[in-house]
Amino acid sequence: MERKDYERLRWRCIRRALLELDITLTRFLDNGFDKLNDEEQQAFVELADMEDYDLWDLINGKAEIDDPRLAPVVALLRKS
Amino acid sequence: MSIPVLKFDAVIVGAGGAGLRSAIQLSEAGLKTAVLSKVFPTRSHTVAAQGGVAASLGNSEEDHWTWHMYDTVKGSDWLGDQDAIEFMCKKANEVVVELEHYGMPFDRTDDGKIYQRPFGGHMSNFGEKPVRRSCAAADRTGHAMLHAMYQRNVKANTQFFVEWMALDLIRDEEGHVLGVTAMEMETGQVVIFHARATIFATGGAGRIFYSSTNAFINTGDGLGMAARAGIPLEDMEFWQFHPTGVAGAGVLITEGVRGEGGILRNSSKERFMERYAPNAKDLASRDVVSRAMATEIKEGRGCGVNKDYVLLDITHLDPATIMKRLPGIHEIGLQFAGVDCLKEPLPVVPTCHYQMGGIPTHYSGRVVMPQGGDMNAVVPGFYAGGECACASVHGANRLGTNSLLDLLVFGKSAGDSAVEDLKAGRAHRELPKDVADKTLARISALDNRKGGANVHETRLAMQRTMQDHAGVFRFGDMLKQGVEKILEVEKAARQLEIKDKSQAWNTARTEALEMENLIEVAKATMISAEARKESRGAHVRDDAPDSAEFPNGRNDKEWLKHTLFSPVDNSISYKPVNMQPLTVEAVALKTRSY
Repeated sequence: MERKDYERLRWRCIRRALLELDITLTRFLDNGFDKLNDEEQQAFVELADMEDYDLWDLINGKAEIDDPRLAPVVALLRKS
Repeated sequence: MSIPVLKFDAVIVGAGGAGLRSAIQLSEAGLKTAVLSKVFPTRSHTVAAQGGVAASLGNSEEDHWTWHMYDTVKGSDWLGDQDAIEFMCKKANEVVVELEHYGMPFDRTDDGKIYQRPFGGHMSNFGEKPVRRSCAAADRTGHAMLHAMYQRNVKANTQFFVEWMALDLIRDEEGHVLGVTAMEMETGQVVIFHARATIFATGGAGRIFYSSTNAFINTGDGLGMAARAGIPLEDMEFWQFHPTGVAGAGVLITEGVRGEGGILRNSSKERFMERYAPNAKDLASRDVVSRAMATEIKEGRGCGVNKDYVLLDITHLDPATIMKRLPGIHEIGLQFAGVDCLKEPLPVVPTCHYQMGGIPTHYSGRVVMPQGGDMNAVVPGFYAGGECACASVHGANRLGTNSLLDLLVFGKSAGDSAVEDLKAGRAHRELPKDVADKTLARISALDNRKGGANVHETRLAMQRTMQDHAGVFRFGDMLKQGVEKILEVEKAARQLEIKDKSQAWNTARTEALEMENLIEVAKATMISAEARKESRGAHVRDDAPDSAEFPNGRNDKEWLKHTLFSPVDNSISYKPVNMQPLTVEAVALKTRSY
């Protein structure tokens, strides 16, 4: 991912509406993101674009997602 | 260097609840209105407000705005201005119904009215018995509110500048406010927003504390900008804390955990609440529990390497009960403390939640400051609403669900006042020749400085200093040391260095600019807290205890007054509390007890 795209993504992860997401997404960017392949990174970008409560419900297990592209990244976020 | 100038009738900084509410008034009045936001509007921290919004609609049972006013004055420990409180409580029904008309999906009663639920501190008949006053949209009230208001703004042609950070307030020699300088994050370009009216709705600054429930975005940008422009900050010693946030993270642990049998323990595993509240123990009131926790930590009985938290133990409870009655607590422990709470206790610490003080405003939303003998002289062209402003309706402590009401009422009122002033003929004033010099100098210093202070380390030093020295329970000696320490941190914050020198999407630079705002708030808080030698509302001092002469440690003879911190010379002055409501009798002073 190009620097500019990464930094834009970073800003959109470290300044969320919910503290829970600030912490979880920042941690994931620092520790898991660069291990993802291109497709997974794109899936993460899509997830980061979601509304805060919808994304948080996915991460804390209150909601499930059946999209085969996004589900594996959600699983990683749950473990992060 | 030539800087682009964008001309608007009004520029609003912040697109949370207060900013969006202000913008509706301005845009619907046909004024060209810009709203600047560091993030997409519906990602503002207003989203996190779950409790509801207070309004004495009386849909479920009899209620009256004067009862709401009484609860608010009492909640404020009589430090709230009673004219502003009357204004807010009286306006509550109007702003809630308006919101309903904007499409806000409030919960409904069977007969289609807005459903109202009970909330702590909401009482009928001047403190007699609980009343259902909180209007909510499930547990997503703030979120639903932002969506409804954002759509209304789109319809009204408000122009949004998303992922822009306002940097400095522009004031001319006569003190008029003429707009802001701001940076587009995508390009790093600095632009002047030249406006006839400038409205701050930048939210709180809860990130000054190490443990905070606030999202990372709450860096007090409006307060920092106001302070750099020489505008004082009011009542900054008053911050609302919650007793149990996850240590190191700030994520809230519901008080229901103690209700279900959770026990607080110190480093020697002692159930310390038995000493502080022999009867109620861990179920004592929020204030008592927070103070006990802070005392344990201060006296060296905290846990962990830094001995800076205590433990909340539920390992003795039946796991099935925990999973059933306290949904989410297991995940919170795993995610934010790395602890399986079924097997190990959770690390917890009193956690900052809400800022009562802020930029001093009249209830009309106009910013005021002392000038030539007038303690409340209007700063022409400048308005503020929501958590960044101090009207002051929350005084020394905020009544639950009055935060969303504050941003609706004072967001609207700031917008209305701006419309009124602009229609009365307020024109664009000439920009000073050095309009952006200070902003550019700050950015240039960040881009060029070598051997300066690290942003992350400086922020951490500030947060630890605030947590240790000006936390939920305050000690005279610690506050004195805290003032010295925060002034040391300030020196570092004035000498920040960043490694990334890029123009586009330079998040390191943005965080450094935020840090320059945070330190203004931290300093104002510490110095104001050290100066106030009484206990009142959320400001509780060990050396101002409960006594016959001063119940709860509150000393009305000397301290029934607002603090004004001057950022120019770090000095403190005071102004009287307005005890005179607009149309009704004053709520007379009495001891605050629940």
